[in-house]
Amino acid sequence: MTSLTAVPLSWYLTLSVILFVLGVTGFVIRRNLITAFMCIELMLNGVNLSFVAFSYELKQVDGHIYSFFVMVVAAAEAAVGLAIILAVFRSRQTLLSDEVNSMKL
Amino acid sequence: MHHFWLIPALPLAGFLINGIAGRRFSKTAVNVVAIGSVLLSFLWTVKTILGLLPLESAHVEQYFTWFESDTMFGHGLRIGFDLAVDRLTAVMLMVVTGIGLLIHIYAIGYMWHEGGYYRFFAYMNLFMFFMLILVLGANFLVLFVGWEGVGLCSYLLIGFYFLKKSASDAGKKAFIVNRIGDFGFSLGMFLIVVNFGSLDFAKVFPTVAQLPAEQGFGALTLIGLLLLVGACGKSAQIPLYVWLPDAMEGPTPVSALIHAATMVTAGVYMTARASVIYLHAPIAMEAVAWVGLATAIFSASIGLVQNDIKRVFAYSTVSQLGYMFLGVGVGAFSAGIFHLVTHAFFKALLFLGAGSVIHALGGEQDLRHMGGLRKSAPVTFLTLLAAALAISGFPFTSGFFSKDEILVAAYHHSPALFWVGVITAGMTAFYVFRAIFLTFFGAYRGHHHPHESPPVILLPLVALGVLSLAGGFLNVPGFLEPVFGRQEGGHDPSLVFIATASGLAGIAIAWLFYVARPGLPDALARQFGRAYRLLYDKYRIDEVYDALIVKPVVNGSRDLLWRGADVGLIDGTANGIGSVSRSVGGVLRYLQSGSITSYAAWVLFGSILAILAITVLGGAR
Repeated sequence: MTSLTAVPLSWYLTLSVILFVLGVTGFVIRRNLITAFMCIELMLNGVNLSFVAFSYELKQVDGHIYSFFVMVVAAAEAAVGLAIILAVFRSRQTLLSDEVNSMKL
Repeated sequence: MHHFWLIPALPLAGFLINGIAGRRFSKTAVNVVAIGSVLLSFLWTVKTILGLLPLESAHVEQYFTWFESDTMFGHGLRIGFDLAVDRLTAVMLMVVTGIGLLIHIYAIGYMWHEGGYYRFFAYMNLFMFFMLILVLGANFLVLFVGWEGVGLCSYLLIGFYFLKKSASDAGKKAFIVNRIGDFGFSLGMFLIVVNFGSLDFAKVFPTVAQLPAEQGFGALTLIGLLLLVGACGKSAQIPLYVWLPDAMEGPTPVSALIHAATMVTAGVYMTARASVIYLHAPIAMEAVAWVGLATAIFSASIGLVQNDIKRVFAYSTVSQLGYMFLGVGVGAFSAGIFHLVTHAFFKALLFLGAGSVIHALGGEQDLRHMGGLRKSAPVTFLTLLAAALAISGFPFTSGFFSKDEILVAAYHHSPALFWVGVITAGMTAFYVFRAIFLTFFGAYRGHHHPHESPPVILLPLVALGVLSLAGGFLNVPGFLEPVFGRQEGGHDPSLVFIATASGLAGIAIAWLFYVARPGLPDALARQFGRAYRLLYDKYRIDEVYDALIVKPVVNGSRDLLWRGADVGLIDGTANGIGSVSRSVGGVLRYLQSGSITSYAAWVLFGSILAILAITVLGGAR
């Protein structure tokens, strides 16, 4: 137990920010839809990490519950999102987001 | 019940039948409907009046309540669709239906070759309907319905030849000038409601009769003056007379029926109907007399030099209406109505005769292109001569009696009124006989081959000729005694002699100018060139009105209301909102690029802004 407590909260939060910023940056600069999708997962997990860290620090269970919800949403999103990406690829034969820039099919 | 409503309803039915289906009728069928409805209306009038005699007081028939209110200026107000017949109405009914019938018959011959035959008769019947509503109304509002309705028909019939610009302009002029008068009339009615809580003649007049005569300028005076404004519009008195001469653009039967015999006398009728109000408002009464006198001599002087035969008679009508107002204004109400009746005879005849002449000459209206028609159109000549003698006050013709009654009453009021009236009588005789001499004497100066009119035109002329000569023996003032009371002032032979002499002098001068010494008028016109031009240009009143009223209204409407308020303010606001939205949208549409990365960048940017704002403003606490 003591070994865990030796890691201060700020480290977890710093890691969480790094994960989140990596996700954001990747989402903005990468054009491949699957990469963008993985960046979203990265952002969500960065946030999850901060939830769990706070929950542990404050000895409250709310953060854990939130992170489970986020995971459920992320799983659902993965299912729907991958289906959309497949559909886009089938109709356009590309996964580059700036070539998928018109609202019509 | 005597079913007064049938009298106006019959012409209304004629209007509806001819107006809806007349296009498919033959001309004979149109005639049967139009003349038949007026004939039945005339017969029903006669039957009604005979059934009501001795008719000492008004008979009112109430049909339905038009509207009512419990809390109007402290009184309950009920206005019903009520018709009433008293002796004044009886006289008017006989004039309107009787002369209306003759003119309808005349119009068969006159309009036979014109387009829109059924339309003409439909309008004429509609006019009869409204005119009968006007004289039958038992309160001011029903009277006003007829009043507005005849104005509408006047507009429709003046502009009957609507393809002609001058005719449609004249129609609009008549309508708009009448609006000014009607505005005054409406205000007068409002004041009556405010002061007396009713518009019924049977309630307002007895109430007024119990009030003392106003010494200064009070409510009754104001009501009287406002009603006078209305009467000035409808009866073409100064300053609103300008529409009537232009109204001669309409077909001649219209000029005879509407603009000589009936509609234009509505103002006189209304003033006489409101006699109680005027008797209790001496200032308003004096105004009526002076307006009438000024109009009489003013328009008579214009009539002296006009060359269009119908315009001469139009100014004559304005002048004779002024006479009626003079009579009413000096308290001789029955004399005013008497002159209304005789004037309806001889002025209708003058117009119908003029129409017969115009018809005979194939549309020529200029006196300078007529002449010598007495042999080719003898019946027209004799009947027109009868009318001219009557209007000149030739002894024992109809005009002699009625005009003298007015002049004698005017003398008892103020000798100045009498003398101006006498001069006007001389001028009247002069210009009417000028027209007669130029038309029927001398050599023929036109080109069209003249021919006498058909019997359907001549029959009404003869009937009206007899009435013009003998109509003075109808004792209209005696008949009207129950309405207006006995009028004081016996016949003064010397005054009658002066007035008659003035008329005869006018005839003699016209004879001298246009038969004996035909060069004289031109010499005089050259001698007094400036005065002649002024009269010939009708004192340039139309131009003055144009500069003072029409131009400012038109310019103000165009520059301020149209270009300023409408285009600038209203359109500007609407268009401005539109163009601001367009330009803002034009910038914002670059956000909608369709590129997911740029959306993500915007979301990021927005989140950073939100976090900064919360941090700086201290929202997260």
